[in-house]
Amino acid sequence: MAELEAGTTAAARRPRPLSPHLQVYKFMLSYVMSGFHRISGFVLYFGVLLIAWWLIAAASGPNAYANFEWFMGSLIGRLVLLGYTWALLHHLLGGIRHLIWDVGRGFEPTEREFLALATIVGSISLTLIVWVVGYLAMGGPR
Amino acid sequence: MVEFTLPKNSKITQGKTWPQPAKSGGLATDVTEFRIYRWNPDDGQNPRIDTYYIDRDDCGPMVLDALIWIKNNVDPTLTFRRSCREGVCGSCAMNIDGTNTLACTKAMDDAKEPVKVYPLPHQPVVKDLVPDLKNFYAQYASIEPWLQTVTATPEKEWKQSYEDRAKLDGMYECILCACCSTSCPSYWWNSDRYLGPAALLQANRWVKDSRDEATGARLDNLEDPFRLYRCHTIMNCSKACPKGLNPAKEIAELKKAMVDRQV
Repeated sequence: MAELEAGTTAAARRPRPLSPHLQVYKFMLSYVMSGFHRISGFVLYFGVLLIAWWLIAAASGPNAYANFEWFMGSLIGRLVLLGYTWALLHHLLGGIRHLIWDVGRGFEPTEREFLALATIVGSISLTLIVWVVGYLAMGGPR
Repeated sequence: MVEFTLPKNSKITQGKTWPQPAKSGGLATDVTEFRIYRWNPDDGQNPRIDTYYIDRDDCGPMVLDALIWIKNNVDPTLTFRRSCREGVCGSCAMNIDGTNTLACTKAMDDAKEPVKVYPLPHQPVVKDLVPDLKNFYAQYASIEPWLQTVTATPEKEWKQSYEDRAKLDGMYECILCACCSTSCPSYWWNSDRYLGPAALLQANRWVKDSRDEATGARLDNLEDPFRLYRCHTIMNCSKACPKGLNPAKEIAELKKAMVDRQV
């Protein structure tokens, strides 16, 4: 560093630019799944608030519970619940994937690609299954 | 710190398009287009992307051949590091076609055209394709990459069985080109405290060496929420390594060694 500094002229050197990173890196499912794992984990915090609301409403009486039911039955409520279902299942599968890696397995090229793909395909299919089964149990959409 | 956008002085601008290569009797027919990151520390401008055309009938097959061809025939100011031209020295590591690799072992035909060439990601740029890797080398030094022993030095060499030597396969081949570390988002956001895949692979190389007697101290040095545990198994490192090594797996081995010594 010192010799580099001494080598430059008295004029202040321009600060070095930072080379581009996210802007230029090729899209790869593996790192995108890592990002989704984080996002879904973050979403779960809000999901827990929903569960808390549900329990508090159930404990508070019919009026509070009716409010909860009205919101969760609305289109926005259902979308929120759909998103929460996906986040929960995605984070669960991602957790299993990370568990496999933490014991030192699944690092070979085909294995790691399979695990990344399995996470997203698995979480979307399981979400659909949960909702179809849920609606069937309710006797169809209401 | 996580910062998704580039600082103001690093925003990339549209550069210049250099002329198509001429040949006796007109323009060259077999041409490959390159888009290359340029930054000159002396002209006060932001980085820019220049467009070049390579005459494939006059140029070798690799991206490094193309860069040298540009420097010789089109633009002598284009700046990049290179030495061995056969994937051994690690000097020509750069971001080509969206992933980090060595320009000398990456064939032009394996990249999408126009071939995009950037310096290794999220590093301070010295000039054009030359990044400042001071931090990277300091991190390598911090893992003390040499044999450490306490027993008396043997009369001849420190012996190692064939089996123990085989444990270093997949690690000793690392050429420290920095492709893996600079491909890692975790390293992008935390390179001040996270050692990154290359230094960690090298750390495991010494942890796994049967002759080394400082294993405990080496693991102590890594037992830190940042130095080792900022690895979130994103896997960009293993996908980038031009030597086909698996830094993510070696880091997992280190994490396992941390647990193993506690049980």
